[in-house]
Amino acid sequence: MDRDEQELAEAFDATVAAEGRIEPRDWMPEGYRKTLIRQIAQHAHSEIIGMQPEGNWILRAPSLRRKAILLAKVQDEAGHGLYLYSATETLGVDRTELTEKLIDSRQKYSSIFNYPTLTFADIGVIGWLVDGAAICNQVPLCRSSYGPYARAMVRICKEESFHQRQGFELLMTLMAGTDAQREMVQDAVDRWWWPSLMMFGPADGDSPNTQQSMAWRIKRHTNDELRQRYVDMTVPQAAALGVTLPDPELRWNDERRAHDFGAIDWDEFTAVVKGAGPCNAQRLAHRRAAHEGGQWVRDAASAYAAKQQTRRQEGEVAA
Amino acid sequence: MSMADDVTAHPEGEPTITEGVTPDRTWPLYEVFVRGKRGLNHVHVGSLHAPDDHMALHNARNLYTRRNEGVSIWVVRADAITASSPDEKDPFFSPSADKVYRHPTFYAIPEDVPHL
Ligand SMILES: [Fe+2]
Ligand SMILES: [Fe+2]
Repeated sequence: MDRDEQELAEAFDATVAAEGRIEPRDWMPEGYRKTLIRQIAQHAHSEIIGMQPEGNWILRAPSLRRKAILLAKVQDEAGHGLYLYSATETLGVDRTELTEKLIDSRQKYSSIFNYPTLTFADIGVIGWLVDGAAICNQVPLCRSSYGPYARAMVRICKEESFHQRQGFELLMTLMAGTDAQREMVQDAVDRWWWPSLMMFGPADGDSPNTQQSMAWRIKRHTNDELRQRYVDMTVPQAAALGVTLPDPELRWNDERRAHDFGAIDWDEFTAVVKGAGPCNAQRLAHRRAAHEGGQWVRDAASAYAAKQQTRRQEGEVAA
Repeated sequence: MSMADDVTAHPEGEPTITEGVTPDRTWPLYEVFVRGKRGLNHVHVGSLHAPDDHMALHNARNLYTRRNEGVSIWVVRADAITASSPDEKDPFFSPSADKVYRHPTFYAIPEDVPHL
């Protein structure tokens, strides 16, 4: 490291330490840039792939009201993906390249979206538990040290509140219905609870990048801290709803002032991350088909733009 | 304009649409600015790619103002600035006003349910 770079590194460290924000044109360590690209791209991909499990129910939503809500929610997730792709582009990568990496399995997305949505209750449970976990992860990221990422997160968090509440309200409606509807909710909770806990990532001891990310203030809390916060927030919500979280070891620990909970099946987590989840292949195949099937739309937009441009130029010549 | 004109702005892009190449790699990047309400400045909110100014503005409306976040949008490509015209305001922004269910307050949740 030469002297100039040393000074730049010191200025970077001082900015981060003072809770300042790093902006796109600032000098930054190469590792910081790479970590951000990996994390933000993975986050963007999750928003995009995350449209599929819910999109599965748009045509089968039980009422126009639920259909309109679900459409708006899925559209929001597309928006979240685009805000985040926009943030990664400030780091010198290209959105198209990221999409190609996703469909070639060279970049990851959250393992939660590799589980199927079997009933309409899953739509409610995704809003409540999955968006709830996302909120828990994302609220601290609004203070992430990289400006464009933090600003995208502020925008996203504002919209997530609607996602969680529509899910909870959907579940309250089902819980006020028939026994069969209540069973449907409990079944969905049983299937989504553990995968939701896995959304926070590996246990702290198995998360080697966490320390550096926290030092750079890209991340603000460890995976286990956020997971604990999520459990503590969700338990009273489950009680209000009248569902049972499927963990016999889940109980309040008065000494810790927090809930104890059972061990997560990390083998399942690893298998799903590596591609062996129930829907991995389907999700990627669908994403690829949507991308390739949309090619004619992009071609048509380019052709239209070129034609308009030619017409304008001809008009100028004529005038 | 031939697509080749874009090459200066995006040297890494392909000059023409060839098979297997996504044209949006050659689409210019637009920065998007939104005026939150009358009396406020336009504020930068993010960016997007579009084949021309018109589509950039349209996409910016769908992407950045789904909930009445703005009354006016600028999309800026290189040294050109384009703003939505005030005349367009109603049809351009009204669709978000009738979707009240996009806001969390649309959902009645009992007072005693925490953190929601
Ligand atoms: Fe989202
Ligand atoms: Fe969401």
